[in-house]
Amino acid sequence: MPVPPARLKRLQWRCRRGTRELDALLGGWLQDHGASMDEAHFATFDALLERQDPELWDWLMGNAEPPRADWREIVDEIRLRAGFAP
Amino acid sequence: MPRESYKVETHQYDVVVVGAGGAGLRATMGLAAKGLSAACVTKVFPTRSHTVAAQGGVAAALGNMGEDDWRYHFYDTVKGGDWLGDQDAVEYMCREAIPAIIELEHFGVPFSRTPDGKIYQRPFGGMTTRYGEGTAQRTCAAADRTGHAILHTLYTQALKHDAKFFVEYFATDLVKDPRDGRITGVLAIDLNEGTLHLFQGHAIVLATGGYGRAYFSCTSAHTCTGDGGGMVLRAGLALQDLEFVQFHPTGIYGSGCLITEGSRGEGGFLTNSKGERFMERYAPNAKDLASRDVVSRAITMEIREGRGVGEHADHVHLNLAHLGADVLKERLPGISETARIFAGVDVTREPIPVLPTVHYNMGGIPTNHHGEVVQKVGDDPDVVVPGLYAIGEAACVSVHGANRLGSNSLLDLVVFGRAVANRCAEVIKPDTPHHDLPSDALDPALAYLDRLRHANGGTPTAELRTRMQKTMQADAAVFRTADSLRQGCAKIDEVFAGFEDIRVSDRSLIWNSDLVETFELANLLGQAVGTMHSAEQRPESRGAHAREDFPERDDAHWMKHTLVTVDDEGRCAFDYRPVHSNTMTDEVKSIPPKKRVY
Repeated sequence: MPVPPARLKRLQWRCRRGTRELDALLGGWLQDHGASMDEAHFATFDALLERQDPELWDWLMGNAEPPRADWREIVDEIRLRAGFAP
Repeated sequence: MPRESYKVETHQYDVVVVGAGGAGLRATMGLAAKGLSAACVTKVFPTRSHTVAAQGGVAAALGNMGEDDWRYHFYDTVKGGDWLGDQDAVEYMCREAIPAIIELEHFGVPFSRTPDGKIYQRPFGGMTTRYGEGTAQRTCAAADRTGHAILHTLYTQALKHDAKFFVEYFATDLVKDPRDGRITGVLAIDLNEGTLHLFQGHAIVLATGGYGRAYFSCTSAHTCTGDGGGMVLRAGLALQDLEFVQFHPTGIYGSGCLITEGSRGEGGFLTNSKGERFMERYAPNAKDLASRDVVSRAITMEIREGRGVGEHADHVHLNLAHLGADVLKERLPGISETARIFAGVDVTREPIPVLPTVHYNMGGIPTNHHGEVVQKVGDDPDVVVPGLYAIGEAACVSVHGANRLGSNSLLDLVVFGRAVANRCAEVIKPDTPHHDLPSDALDPALAYLDRLRHANGGTPTAELRTRMQKTMQADAAVFRTADSLRQGCAKIDEVFAGFEDIRVSDRSLIWNSDLVETFELANLLGQAVGTMHSAEQRPESRGAHAREDFPERDDAHWMKHTLVTVDDEGRCAFDYRPVHSNTMTDEVKSIPPKKRVY
């Protein structure tokens, strides 16, 4: 069951980051996936957003790997969306 | 009067800081360390503030890597600011830089080190030794994440000293005591709970950052909406020097993401539609390494004269391919990735499309070197507004004058964040009781909130925001003329008037991005109007304010700070404050104005 839109609003706010680049990458992913997100997916992304900006940037740029498999999945999707080869 | 009655919870602290970037955190931490009760109200989590984006470093004449002196730093800053900076404040910043950075080191900021364990310092544009003769190595860095390291350390320190954080609270307005007009608090929405809160303080410190998002192409994050400046204008106070907006020459076309100056330092160069390295014409010596404002103007001229690249001939190319994949990877890490994602180009084979992109606001809330907000009252240009302080990019001390030097912005944050803490410790006794406010004190702020929340016009917030951004981009641009500014004033006034017809579709108070973005748009709009009109008023070229029709600096008439108020109808009124050409002590001599050449 998709997460109700009211609960997505919090994620939307937390996609506001310290840099324009991260705003675009994380916010863009949420825009694509928000409507179809289930509870488990919601919790995964919510926890991912708790991480620090430089760490997220390193993962998204492929300089390091996220420690959780479900985060890697999202990071890979964002990278794919951004034009990186899988 | 608001239409419905709102329940507001009151919180009382010695000092309330709004904003948790580098300046807000340095102030909060310092206040708490000095025994004052301090609350920090912030719309985003502290380590997600835009200070994160400051990677380059922070300037201080420590002299760890060779000869240096804070007086050289003072000279560079006064000259870089094209003699609009207040020399007493610049002296204070450059002198206090040294203890302020040593303190940061003690707090735990992981600065990069020299082999013998001192803080490593790198060279940066505009930073010289012996008053312009040599190159200074003055910029202290924590690898390429100095901003984040400073935020993280200061936040940890602030918590240690028991400062209270109200995270994901959006401050909507300043609150005055209607009996004496003194600013005594700030109204905020708890975005998570949807509740309203009054934060009362003997001092209110605005550390709310710049208003880069007033422009279409800017390097700032979404969150840079100049909320403090907007609140100050609504309180009827003047902002200063808004016409001075710094453009970074190499923002990626379309996305605004920044390509660091280091790319040109390592041998990257700009070309126009003819493939010509045009910087050779504009700056025969420095070429692509000329200062930010010079390169930005050159790019603009090329585009203006029809030599731009792309379908609309509206940008230029930054070439890095000749450097080779290895050099790119080693010396410019992250550039290939940034270019691939945000420009869709492979830098080892193709140039990056770039154009000058708004980067920093030199103007802001006028303050003295204590961070106290000042206004001109009658003939006195330095009257302190009791209880109100501003620091960081939100403020205009003015240390950056008409043009900021790289690595002076992080310095500004820590020096004046610290200065505010010191000042408050001098003038406020811990736990001084608060006067209860009369019941109508909150009416103006609540009425404003209520009006925006129920705004039921025909224009979505995003639509009006885009109109504002495009107007600013077109007419308050790198180059300005009387015609472009006159037209820009008419257009931005129209956009301002369009706010009457704004529509907020979500009426809730919980995580309501639509409502918050409408508050933010109002804050941006006030400053956009102030910027355009201030620019029209100034018929000279100085630092970042480049008038095609007045190419020279005019010290006889315009070595002064612009003060602008913007009323509810968007009408601007102007006044001026003299530049402080005097220094604070006799440890350094005032620098008389001369032509700024590099």
